[in-house]
Amino acid sequence: MVMGDLVDEVEVAVVGGGPGGYSAAFRCAELGLETVVIDADRRLGGACLFEGCIPSKALLHVAAVLSEVERAREWGVDFGEPRISLDPLRKWKQERVVGKLARGLAAVAKGKGVTVIGGRAVFEDSTTLRVEGESLQKVRFKHAIVATGSAPAALPGIALASDRVMDSTAALALPDIPERLLVIGGGYIGLELGTVYAALGSRVTLVEMTEGLLPGVDRDLVQPLHRRVEKLFAAVHLGTKVTALREAGGRIEATLEGQGAEAFDRVLVAVGRKARSAGLGLETTGVRLTERGAFIQVDERCRTHDPHLYAVGDVTGEPMLAHRAMRQGKVAADVLAGRPSAFDNVAIPAVVFTDPEIAWCGLDEAQAKRRGMEVKIAKFQWTASGRAATIGRADGLTKLVADAASGRVVGVGIVGPGAGELIAEATLAIETAALVEDVAATIHAHPTLSESLMEAAESLLG
Amino acid sequence: MPRQFTLPDLGEGLTEAEIVAVLVREGDLVREDAPLLEVETDKAQVEIPSPIGGRVEKIHVTPGQTVKVGAVLVTFADSGAAAGPAAPPRAAAPQVAERPAPPPAPAGAAPRPSPAAPVADAAPAAGPVPATPATRRLARELGVDLRRVRGTGPGGRLLDTDVQAAARAAPGPAAPSRASTAAEPAARPAGAREAPAGPAKPLATVGLEPPPLPRFEQWGPVERVPLSHLRRTIAERMTLSATVVPHVTHFDRADITDLDAIITRNLERARERGATLTLTAFLLRAAALALRAHPHFNASLDPAAGELIVKRYRHLGVAVATPRGLIVPVLRDVDTKPLLDIARELGALAQRVRDGHASLEDLRGGTFTITNIGALGGTGAIPIINYPEVAILGVSRARLEPVVRGGQIVPRLLLPLTLTFDHRVADGADGARFASEIVSLLEAPERLVGDI
Repeated sequence: MVMGDLVDEVEVAVVGGGPGGYSAAFRCAELGLETVVIDADRRLGGACLFEGCIPSKALLHVAAVLSEVERAREWGVDFGEPRISLDPLRKWKQERVVGKLARGLAAVAKGKGVTVIGGRAVFEDSTTLRVEGESLQKVRFKHAIVATGSAPAALPGIALASDRVMDSTAALALPDIPERLLVIGGGYIGLELGTVYAALGSRVTLVEMTEGLLPGVDRDLVQPLHRRVEKLFAAVHLGTKVTALREAGGRIEATLEGQGAEAFDRVLVAVGRKARSAGLGLETTGVRLTERGAFIQVDERCRTHDPHLYAVGDVTGEPMLAHRAMRQGKVAADVLAGRPSAFDNVAIPAVVFTDPEIAWCGLDEAQAKRRGMEVKIAKFQWTASGRAATIGRADGLTKLVADAASGRVVGVGIVGPGAGELIAEATLAIETAALVEDVAATIHAHPTLSESLMEAAESLLG
Repeated sequence: MPRQFTLPDLGEGLTEAEIVAVLVREGDLVREDAPLLEVETDKAQVEIPSPIGGRVEKIHVTPGQTVKVGAVLVTFADSGAAAGPAAPPRAAAPQVAERPAPPPAPAGAAPRPSPAAPVADAAPAAGPVPATPATRRLARELGVDLRRVRGTGPGGRLLDTDVQAAARAAPGPAAPSRASTAAEPAARPAGAREAPAGPAKPLATVGLEPPPLPRFEQWGPVERVPLSHLRRTIAERMTLSATVVPHVTHFDRADITDLDAIITRNLERARERGATLTLTAFLLRAAALALRAHPHFNASLDPAAGELIVKRYRHLGVAVATPRGLIVPVLRDVDTKPLLDIARELGALAQRVRDGHASLEDLRGGTFTITNIGALGGTGAIPIINYPEVAILGVSRARLEPVVRGGQIVPRLLLPLTLTFDHRVADGADGARFASEIVSLLEAPERLVGDI
């Protein structure tokens, strides 16, 4: 392929350079297919690297350090009051973390011979893309993989165009440390970024429309986080709607249903993400969208209704997680290369990187019951964990859901420091159809938090 | 086989629920766990997630209707956990493939399964199948629907051996399911001899468990000799190929009098340039060029997907007899290489194989195989296809034979060839054309020689 030609002909065109897109592209290249990635910003990494997972985790690490420093006083170690300089913090996040990873991805792409084209990609038909970048360009392909991801959803009804009203992308840029921050939405994004700003010194008010934080997540896991967040944040209002936002005197006045108006220096809107399926010219192809959410419909092999088009990642629906997209990307590449692959994964781990962390995979108690399964539940409180005691954190819980008939592990939920790392073992157990007995009989290093899963399993064996 | 999804037990003693909303349309592909319906019970409004991934064939309920636990809500066309999802309809005819919405069921009446909908005798379990990802991949490769296999592992886990047993026990091609017969004719261009990419469907695998052996000891003393690793591999591969692939063989002969003269004349020159000129090198070049024109013979059939995988590289295997058994090293991109390079590489490769120094890479990735047993005599042989390739060229000893040319009987050197190929992929006429292309290349050797 020669760049600058009027029409490029390739075997595979990947639309979107996020985790789903680059995983698919790399795999295609490994399979010997000529592959281009078309990305609006002409870079690989997507929302995950530039405005999501990675920068937020960098900032959450800082928040965790600040919280440890605070707790260290209890242990007789006093560092004094932390002083936070935003410029070096932003620079570290942007250059040493995000920039380094972005350069790494670019190098991998180069090594594998994957070309990245900059521009907005619009389908003209099932085998042609128009790329609106610095110059107009067309790409003709045998297969395309749509991996356009998702974007933060706006607040329905009361959207306000103001610099002080931020979405997650804007909040991660760390414009300043507002004295008072209103977080709208008690999902994982609101909680994670609320935690960051609270640790940096903001007084955070969180408003959630439903009756609990992290709607849909097992209440047993949410409870310890809820207790912590109540201490960390200035206020948590559940079952509350924000009915109006208005700019007044350099601040934002928010009307909380039943609470009256309050003024904030900044507002973070974190009410979910929506699929980026509009404006792609998909109507010129055979692709079909779901009625709800306008997600691209795909089957287990990531095929759409159009035989030339595949789709992966957030644009295909929930759960919108980078690691799901990455696995789907590899599946789509394998399938279009004729390999017998399928996205048939049983367990997709989900992690909320708050303090304490919450992680789960497989079915929770309620989901299992809804499926009509007879289940056995084990809850292991970390008060009984030696490792938890040594780090001064007994507020964790490991919960295991097993199918009563077969003894198979079908779900695990963990709350506590390091839950995001601990969930890996549970995911492997569920994916490989391990039994409770298998987990119980596997030696776990002592003293570690990983013992908690073994302990939970043992308690079910009786 | 369509699968029916019924209102699950909602717990807490609830026996019925009202349908609040139907969140999918007929024809939609849904993922496992994606919301299907919203129902309201005495206690709460809940979303009912899809128990499986697949295509929604029929929705049996309408909003406002009250249904009892166990009533059929949605029928799925065969999804394919293992069998492969129903193929998306061709872009050219999506409207045609779509079926009209059914008349709404009378409100209040508990819907019954439509009489035409066959109910699976061994109803597959909902939810994920207990098997490791590697076992699930094996099932896809062998076209086994794991939901219909009983696991013998702990807790009912499906093992590789269960999958292999199910593949062997699979009956002949199953009657096409309603879903596929409905989608197929509409999706296939009318009058097309062979739809180039019709809906992908699994083919049934065939297999036989050999009957137990008699006790040979009753007739005299015997000895049991364990098979070597290589022997075992050959045995398994050949059994697989002979069992799975319907073989058909085409016979032909090539007049290689001119070619033989060229070889004799150039032996020395080639040797000076580091190559041993052999008939096999010419056969490789001829076959590789012919494969370019007949790509179906440079392919593999994917029965699980119902697709032919046509390879756009021509890596040719050459059967080499070694003291340990048959080994087939592979020469890469033969069609792009000049004859002398092929001869050089072949010599080096055969030497590595005989010395037992062949690397794994030397032995993998072949797309077509040539076996030349001419050195050992015989008048013809029908080799077994090197699975999963589609064809194999067998070559026996060339002999001087009387040939009638221009009314005269003249001695000519004739090379017997057999082309054995997979009848699932190609028919006799295709084989004849491919073989005669090889023959005509061998009979006009200047087309093969190039740069000697």
